[in-house]
Amino acid sequence: MNKFSAALNVHIEQVREWGQREVRPAGLEADRNGAPLPPDHPYFAGYVDFRRRHPGPVDDGAVPEGPAVRMAAINEENAYWDRGMGVAAPGPGLPAPIVAAAGTPEQREHFLGPFRGSEIPRWGSFALTEPSGGSDTTAFRTRATRTDRGFLLNGAKCFIGNAARADWVLVQANLDPDKGRSGQRSFFVERGNRGMTGIKVENKMGLRAYESVSFILEDCEVPRDNILGGERPEQTSRSSAYGATMGTLNTTRVGVAASAVGLARSAYDEALNFAKQSGAFRSIRVRDRLEAMHRQLRAAWLMTLRAAWKADSRIPNIVDASMAKVFAAETAQDLASAGMEIVGLEAGAGHHLVEKLFRDAKALNIVEGTGQIQRIIMARHLVGLPR
Amino acid sequence: MISFDVTDEQSQIRDMLLTFAKEELTPRARQADETCAAPAELLDEAWSLGLASLAIPEAYGGGGAPRSTLTGALMLEAMGSGCAGLGGAAAASSLFVNPLIDLGSEEQKKRELPKFCGNARRAATLALHEDSFAFDPSRIVTRAEPRADGWRITGVKRLVPLGEEAGDMLVLARASDAPGIDGIKAFIVPPRAPGVAITRESGTIGLTPMRFARVELAGVSLPPDAILGEGDGADIRPLLASLRIGGAALAVGLVRAVTDFAIPYARERVAFGEPIAKKQSIAFMLADMHIECDVMRWLVWKAAAAFDRGADVSKMAVLAQNYVNRRAIRIADDGLQIFGGHGYIRDLPLEMWLRNARMLTIHGALAAA
Ligand SMILES: Cc1cc2nc3c(=O)[nH]c(=O)nc-3n(C[C@H](O)[C@H](O)[C@H](O)COP(=O)(O)OP(=O)(O)OC[C@H]3O[C@@H](n4cnc5c(N)ncnc54)[C@H](O)[C@@H]3O)c2cc1C
Repeated sequence: MNKFSAALNVHIEQVREWGQREVRPAGLEADRNGAPLPPDHPYFAGYVDFRRRHPGPVDDGAVPEGPAVRMAAINEENAYWDRGMGVAAPGPGLPAPIVAAAGTPEQREHFLGPFRGSEIPRWGSFALTEPSGGSDTTAFRTRATRTDRGFLLNGAKCFIGNAARADWVLVQANLDPDKGRSGQRSFFVERGNRGMTGIKVENKMGLRAYESVSFILEDCEVPRDNILGGERPEQTSRSSAYGATMGTLNTTRVGVAASAVGLARSAYDEALNFAKQSGAFRSIRVRDRLEAMHRQLRAAWLMTLRAAWKADSRIPNIVDASMAKVFAAETAQDLASAGMEIVGLEAGAGHHLVEKLFRDAKALNIVEGTGQIQRIIMARHLVGLPR
Repeated sequence: MISFDVTDEQSQIRDMLLTFAKEELTPRARQADETCAAPAELLDEAWSLGLASLAIPEAYGGGGAPRSTLTGALMLEAMGSGCAGLGGAAAASSLFVNPLIDLGSEEQKKRELPKFCGNARRAATLALHEDSFAFDPSRIVTRAEPRADGWRITGVKRLVPLGEEAGDMLVLARASDAPGIDGIKAFIVPPRAPGVAITRESGTIGLTPMRFARVELAGVSLPPDAILGEGDGADIRPLLASLRIGGAALAVGLVRAVTDFAIPYARERVAFGEPIAKKQSIAFMLADMHIECDVMRWLVWKAAAAFDRGADVSKMAVLAQNYVNRRAIRIADDGLQIFGGHGYIRDLPLEMWLRNARMLTIHGALAAA
């Protein structure tokens, strides 16, 4: 949709080809089953193989675009084929950059190492949200206490992506409640830990292709080596867990915005193709509507790319990232909804893709900071609105 | 003189149905959504309230209440506040019965209406939609051709509520070359007649208890008096208007349920040290939801009241429906948003309400845009 370098386009084309052939059908299958594909489903082994053959752009200068723009371009294409399968994709996922930035060398080796060149699908997971609240990250109640051997975690987490199949879940817990949120640290809870109980895969409106998991931490023992950045992060200034976590969300928002644009483009294409095939295109009303959809889609994508470009250029992008996130998420919803109206009756019945996109899109204005929270972040920076 | 009052009788019926909605529909909504079916005993219970026969004249065995679209709107709003899908299923027979009361010939009423006055539930329906894009009733392509021995009807109807279960069905079809809606008439088509093929629609986004079906009519032969009304058949404008009003009323009920459910949550849910209701972005959202609910309701009531006075309400009905179609989705969406991640999970009704709202408002939504 945009002019990228030829080198980046090669990568996008690989994702497109894979997406059309494998991702879209797998996403539809999971949606119809109403449950994520099981970890041993051949799709995931196929994905690992695909990634081994096509690892995507790296920092070797072959692709001139910076990492954030590259990520946005790839995410957009991925989500065009299926946002849910994108999140379900094997890999260390969301916490990877956090571990890379804030982990000790041993932790990077121990927790990220197995993912490198792995021939079997593996997942990592990141647990922040709690039943009592997700937006207010200062109010998390999960506690960590010290023991002879390490730490005991107690609390509950919910909606955690891929947590039931992950090798480890990076869990946010407060080690020092007196210090408020700067007492928060991250802990690796490894698969099979008996203190992680009540694991429940939630039944969602959409994005049913990946697990959103609720679980309880009940005297959950983790070894001393599993605290992200080590017991005394002062020694490594980068590893204040909270800072590391929140710092990454500024590029993560751009990533979610890009996914929302991909989903929106998919809804737009469904509506456009339907309008052409059914003859609806002859109606001025339909053409107007499609034109407005296209305009909004373009705006969302440009906003996202600019936020990414700023990150790559090391220009502060907090306002840009938030506005891209909320605008793109709402664009995804608007276009899926408008797409349903253009497709009309066929969209209401018969498992039409646009119906699924409508259900998938709604989550994007909730995850990674709700629309309200993005606006608050922007307002704080623009007009100094207090928290 | 302007009045926002309803009669004592109407308010009694409404209260009865609000109780029914709260006690019977709401608790069963999720399971009905998942199984795509309304429990038979629930439909029986709704039947025993006499909804379908209420306005059937006593001469045919009915309740003899004056046929009132406003009463109908109050009933649908009440049921929609419990569950639009179950409410729609419970009210489906009226899609057949009401047009017969309003437009049927004496002969037709005598033949058809007594069937709906007994204790045993009788499902019936109306086949309106077709799969042409941005469906417009004046461009219905299903054709009824006059024959020496009656009519022959051919076409495909979509999203027919309770299509498989219905014992009686009205089908809208083009009966003459008279321009636009003047050429469209309603026909009484026995669902088991030779040439009728009925299959369930799969994968509907919402209102799944209404068990929508696709009805294919392959040259179905009908007797001369299958055309609803006397002689050349009744003008179907009033039928379309009352359908619009009814659908909009169901949606009003749905969005009131969303609003009523969101308010207590916003007062209880704490973020950043206080209930989210104290955050203006949430409080204003709730205030807007409340405004829209009321406006939608009044537009519907106004069209319904005018209908009952015998006015031509085609325009008013379209206005009400368009307004509702545009706003209902927004309210359902905001309601879910207030619940954050919890609204997206199928344990709570928010996501179901959003799906139901999308299904309910998809017809004609483009026209409203
Ligand atoms: C599909 C899905 C996947 C998810 N995956 C993950 C995951 O992998 N890991 C993870 O940790 N979490 C995950 N989440 C959780 C998600 O991050 C939270 O749902 C989100 O942060 C909102 O938190 P909440 O649901 O508790 O809503 P709340 O914080 O309770 O918010 C409720 C409502 O209040 C509003 N609100 C809150 N504070 C304010 C304010 N100050 N001003 C105005 N309005 C306000 C919100 O916008 C929202 O509308 C996921 C959620 C979903 C739906």
